[in-house]
Order: sequence, then C-alpha cells, then structure tokens
Amino acid sequence: MTTTDPRAVEEDLRQRVTDFLAAHDHTTTDRLEFLRARYDAGLAWVNFPVGHGGLGLPRSFQTQVEVQLAKAGAPDNNPRGNGIGLGMAAPTILAFGTEEQKKKFLRPLWTGEQIWCQLFSEPGAGSDLAAVSTRAVREGGDWVVNGQKVWTSSAHKAQMAILVARTNPEVSKHAGLSYFLCNMDAPGVDVRPLRQITGEAEFNEVFLTDVHIPDSQRLGDEGQGWKVATATLNNERVAIGGGGGGRESGMVGVLSKTWREHPERRGAGQHDKLMRLWVDAEVARVTGQRLRQKLAAGEPGPEGSAMKLTFARIAQEASGMELELLGDEGLRASDWTMKRPQHVDFTGRDATYRYLRAKGNSIEGGTSEILRNVISERVLGLPSEPRVDTGIAWKDLPR
Amino acid sequence: MSDLNLLYTDVEDDLRSSVRDLVAARSEPATVAAVYDGDRSVVDPLWRAIAGDLGLAGLLIPEERGGAGASAREAAVVLEELGRSVAPVPFLTSSVVATTVLLAAEPGGPADELLAGLAAGERTAALVLPLSAGPGEEAPGFTVDGEGRISGSARSVAGALEADVLLVPVRTAQGTAVHAVRADDARVEPVVSLDMTRQLADVTLEAAAGQELLGASAGGDAVRSGLEVGAALLASEQYGVAQWCLTTTIAYLKDRRQFGRVVGGYQAIKHRLADLYAAVESAGAAARHAAATTAAGDADSVVSTAVAQSFVSDVAVKAAEEAVQLHGGIGMTWEHPAHLYLKRAKADQIAFGTPAAHRARLAELVDLPVA
Ligand SMILES: Cc1cc2nc3c(=O)[nH]c(=O)nc-3n(C[C@H](O)[C@H](O)[C@H](O)COP(=O)(O)OP(=O)(O)OC[C@H]3O[C@@H](n4cnc5c(N)ncnc54)[C@H](O)[C@@H]3O)c2cc1C
Repeated sequence: MTTTDPRAVEEDLRQRVTDFLAAHDHTTTDRLEFLRARYDAGLAWVNFPVGHGGLGLPRSFQTQVEVQLAKAGAPDNNPRGNGIGLGMAAPTILAFGTEEQKKKFLRPLWTGEQIWCQLFSEPGAGSDLAAVSTRAVREGGDWVVNGQKVWTSSAHKAQMAILVARTNPEVSKHAGLSYFLCNMDAPGVDVRPLRQITGEAEFNEVFLTDVHIPDSQRLGDEGQGWKVATATLNNERVAIGGGGGGRESGMVGVLSKTWREHPERRGAGQHDKLMRLWVDAEVARVTGQRLRQKLAAGEPGPEGSAMKLTFARIAQEASGMELELLGDEGLRASDWTMKRPQHVDFTGRDATYRYLRAKGNSIEGGTSEILRNVISERVLGLPSEPRVDTGIAWKDLPR
Repeated sequence: MSDLNLLYTDVEDDLRSSVRDLVAARSEPATVAAVYDGDRSVVDPLWRAIAGDLGLAGLLIPEERGGAGASAREAAVVLEELGRSVAPVPFLTSSVVATTVLLAAEPGGPADELLAGLAAGERTAALVLPLSAGPGEEAPGFTVDGEGRISGSARSVAGALEADVLLVPVRTAQGTAVHAVRADDARVEPVVSLDMTRQLADVTLEAAAGQELLGASAGGDAVRSGLEVGAALLASEQYGVAQWCLTTTIAYLKDRRQFGRVVGGYQAIKHRLADLYAAVESAGAAARHAAATTAAGDADSVVSTAVAQSFVSDVAVKAAEEAVQLHGGIGMTWEHPAHLYLKRAKADQIAFGTPAAHRARLAELVDLPVA
C-alpha cells in the first residue's frame, strides 16, 4: 500500500477483509485453514511485513480488521491463549529472526498451533536476568542446554519457548548470552507445576537436561542474547501494561461495575477513591494511545516501562478496593483447589482471584522496582547504581 | 485524656512468650496452609492447647465468674502472637467477641454456666453476625416466635465452624435480644473464604430452640460492645500480621542477592522498608492504645478503636503486599507463607468494619462532618 491518507488506507483495508471473507466462508472452512488463509492474506497483524501475516501498516489499523471480522462472525486466533507468543516472541522473531525463522515460526504462532512460553527467569536470576546460569554448549550443529528455569507461565501447554542461556562464561555477564527458540517437546525438557497464591499452578519450574537445540534456532548472533532479550522485555512491558482496550476496560471497569451494582455499599470516602482511580485509568488509557502512536513505526523502547508501572498500580489498587467495597461478599473466595488454568485473565473470575493475581502484575515482566530503574537510568539518563557486576567475567562474579 | 501505659508489662511479656512457644511448637506455616485444601486437623488441637492448656480462653472473664480476670491488654498480646503466626483458632471470635457479649449479662443469670464453660476452655461460642459487621452495623437477621423458636440466617460468620454454641442476636419490637442456640441445632455451612485461617460459615436457623441470655433491653448494647471490643483488639492481631511481614521481608532482603549485591542494600529498598517500619511501629502504638483504653474502660476507647481500625487495617495490608512484592516471584507462590498473611490482612481489613467505615464513624465522633 503506497497511500498514506488514513481514510484511503481504511477503505482499502475494509475492501481486503470483505474480499477475504467472500473468498473464505468461515461457516464452511475449517477454523485452522481459515486462520492460515487470513495470515497469508496479510490480515493477521497488519503492522507486520507483507509475507509475514501483515501489510506493513501502522499497528492502529489492526482494530478495524478485528472488528470487521468479528462482526462477520469469523473465528479468531484465541489471542488470550498465547499471550507470550503474540506479545513477546513474535515481535522479537520479527526483529531478529532470519527469513527462514520468520517463515517457519510466525504463522503457527499466530494461528495458535504453537503456544509459546518464556524460559528466562532462574532461581538466582530474576531481576538480574543477565546473570542466568543455564548453559548452552555447542556440539556439532546443535547447542546442548543444561539448567533450571523458574516461574515459567504456560510451560505446561507450550510447544515452543524463547530461551536465554549462557554460551560464554568467560566474558562479562551481558556479553556471554545467546537467545534460542526451544522446542518444549524436546527430550530433556521437564516441566513441573508451581502452585501459586491463587491456589492454582499457572507457572512452572522447567528443568533442562542435555536439551538439543539446532543452531538454526538461535535467534540473533551468538553473544547477542542480551540485546534480543531486552527487545522481548520491552515488548512484554507494553503487552502487559500497554492497554489498548476502551474506557473502563481494565480493573477499574470491573470496580466501576461493582460500584454501580451496589448502591448500598457506597460511601463518600470510597467515592473519592473510586473517582481518583477512574481518572488514573482513563489517563493511562490515553497515555497508552499516545505511546502506541509514537511507536506506530518502530519497536517499543524503555518508555513502555512507565505504562506497565502505572498499569500494575491501578490494577492492584482497584482490585483491593473492590474487595473492601464488597464487604462480607469480599470475604468469600470461590476456589482454592490446585488446577492448571487454560489462560490467565487479570480481570476475570472472582474478586479474590483478581486481587491476588494482580499482585503478580508488579513482579512479572520486570518488577516495578526494576522498571523504575529502567526509567530513571535509560529514559531520564540518571547515573546508575554503583555496579559490582560489570567489566568482570561472568564466571568470576561473586555469588 | 489520660496517659495510659502503651508498653508491655512483665506479665504481658511472659504471656507472649508462652503463646509464641506453644504456637511455634504446634503450627507451622505448612500445616496452616493445609486449611486451604480442606485439612483442618491443625485447628482443634491448637485451639484446645491455647484455650485449655494455657487457659487463655478465660482471659477476659472475671475470676468470680470462673475466668482469669485479665484485661483487654493481655488479650491483645495474645492476638499479636496469633496474628504473627496466622493461627487458625477462634480466640478473637469466642474469647473476645462472644465473651464480651456474655459479660454484659447479670451474674447469677443463665449466661453464667456458659461463661464458666468458656473460661474452662470446654466450650466455644460465636456471635452470629457477618465478620464484616462493625460497631453500629449489628442489624440482626433473626426473629423469635411465640414459643421462643428462632429463625433467620446470617452470611459470612466467623468462628461458627469451631463453636458449639451460637450467640444469636434476635430482632424484637423492644430491641435486640441475644439467645444461645446449640450449634447442633443450626445449619452451619462452611464457606470457601478469602482467609481460610479464619474460615467463615453461613448460619441458618429454622425454628431452632434457644435460650434467652440477654433480653431486649440489654442485648443491643451487649452486641455493640462485643463488636467494639472485637474491633479494638483486632488491631493487635493486625499489628502481629504486619510485624511478621516486615521482619520476614527484612530478613529475606538481607540475604537475597541480585546484580551481585544484597537487595536490601539498594537505597530504594531501604527507604521502602524504613517507611514500612515507621508505619508498623505506629500501628503498634495505635493498637496498643485501643487495647489500653478498652482495658481501662476509658471514655476515649471508642475514638481510639476507630483510629486503630482506620490506620492499622491498612498498614497490615500494606505490609503484606510489600512482603509479596519484595520477595519477588517466590512471594507469589503457595509454598511461601506470605500469601497466608496477605489473605489474613485483607480479610482483617474488611472484618469489624472497613477502614472507610471506621473513618466515617470517627468523623462523627470527633465532629468533623462530611458536609
Ligand atoms: C505471575 C508471574 C509470572 C511470571 N512468568 C514468567 C515467565 O513466564 N517467564 C519468566 O522467565 N519469568 C516469569 N516470571 C518471573 C519474573 O520475571 C521474576 O519473578 C521477576 O523478574 C523478579 O525476579 P525474582 O523473582 O528473582 O525476584 P528478585 O529479583 O529476587 O527481586 C526481589 C525483590 O527485590 C527487588 N529488587 C531486585 N533488584 C533490585 C534493584 N536493583 N533495585 C531495587 N529493587 C530490586 C525486586 O523488585 C523485588 O521486589 C513471572 C513472575 C510472576 C510473579
């Protein structure tokens, strides 16, 4: 598409969807075939390049496509079921992958044939992700990986993983990392559930023992892992905190609904608090809108950290307030049994779940403390904390 | 306003260590966590040891009525320890709230026998109101017919699962009366609760037999003072919760390293913990003040209780939330006990009136009307 007039783009896009629907009757086409065809027509993620499910358009045009397809009753790719794949792995593969890697992985990722998880954190390397000690050693055309990952959401249902591992312990910790695409069904991948605060096991421990990964599944250069991982994390922060829903779409929407449904529980003090949160959420929404406009062409940088910081705070305050507002009903939970959730829904289920799950929002994808460091050091240019872990080989670091 | 002692006496310190030792020996976080999976086997023996062996169930009951003749100060110390260990025992609901209600009954009346049973740790009682009801929110959900049979229901009642006798506030034309109903004569349905260490139940009575312990002239005030004392002393439990969260988090952050440094050495973290310390210390003072004024029968007790509930509830939640956050991923797990404290703190915040409700009440008490 050459034109830059947004209205012309909209019209062209509408026509493309109409033509696509005419050529592919979703009522008679197999769901997966339909999704694959949608990908091939460039209507999967319009901001991706032609040939990889997109049309090279600004991200903002995606909504129009989703709305038009949903109105027609077409099936979607169940994006909730593959948040890490769509929000984090895909943009990273797009940015750093070879043509062959993009061809091989992006389509099944988008259609949901392959669910992805993120093998980053380790017991000793959470905030300090660059300190990971999972080793990848070259053996012929393969890498052999050994180590332990932890807090891995969705590892139990994932077919693929993005993995950060140490390929060179002799250099400084950031310089010795490489980034891999790991098959979760490879021999030596052992996934064990980790029960969490909500009672269920959404995340896992993953033990990697002599897992073979072909060199063709290394993303980016050897030793470039930190740079690639940073791109993933920047995308993650936008994916978690970037919003994109409408007014009252997040936790404040849930709280507002509760408020409207329970006039008997209202009070002057709570009302002021509610309105403050409502305003915060609305401002976050337009801030996200503006950020997405800024990012329309490029890739997210550290600025997205501020969005996630705000998102986590609002989600936690609103869900905490909802429990108080509910009073004796807020004292009731629905279920503590150990389960394997099919997907994570921050604003779904019951108020107790929402409150507890929201606690993770300021930990997952970089804690709020780390995000403040990112903002102050990388956005504001303030001097960094005194560091004892730079300019020294990883193997010689104090542990 | 008198200058009440807000420190701990030697007797109170001794009491604290005996409770702490007993709880440490009998209930570990892992056994406590089992209550979330429906295994309540820790509850009964622990409660029997506290109520009977240590004789703490009768703390608030005067000696001449069979109790230990102690005061709200000592009961508050017990609650600090029970909070610190999220112990799943009905001390607050039976030995504080229900007991306070019963103590309003004239000696020599039908409440005596029950009080003696409570004092001996042989019986356990619960006031049948939602745990969320604060002082002034005691509207009873029960009525009594001409033959003295009681019907009605109450949701989200704390302590009912452990109780063998229920104190039922009954609505009459003359006011609220309080009847005792055997738990066996009630339908007590366990509720999956936010805080399973104080599991709630829905209580339903269908023409149940009861015995009037407090008539309509006295019952309303008795229930209100039960809730008032409950709210006052809950603050000490909340303080115990907050203290555990603070000390456990400090200990962890002195040890945990990231970026080659001890995480507790980062100034951002030090300042956070310093702020939390200031809040928890203040919470301790507010809780102690509420206990001391209550024990002294001081005119300021209602204000100090509203202050304590307005302040300490939020501090306990804050401390628990900080504990989860500052432990990172491990704080989000089932295995780490932080979640037990978060759930207790959040439920306690709603119990006996939310901070917002207490602030609204306080505004009236100190003449600061909203409009
Ligand atoms: C619900 C959930 C889902 C997750 N899913 C995944 C996943 O799918 N894949 C994955 O790889 N990981 C996942 N994580 C892990 C997450 O990324 C880490 O928990 C997080 O990065 C923190 O690491 P940590 O747990 O080791 O805590 P630590 O890094 O040990 O941090 C402990 C505390 O210290 C603070 N802190 C650390 N360093 C500093 C500093 N320099 N300055 C100030 N404060 C500091 C932290 O903010 C935190 O409060 C998930 C976590 C959660 C809670």
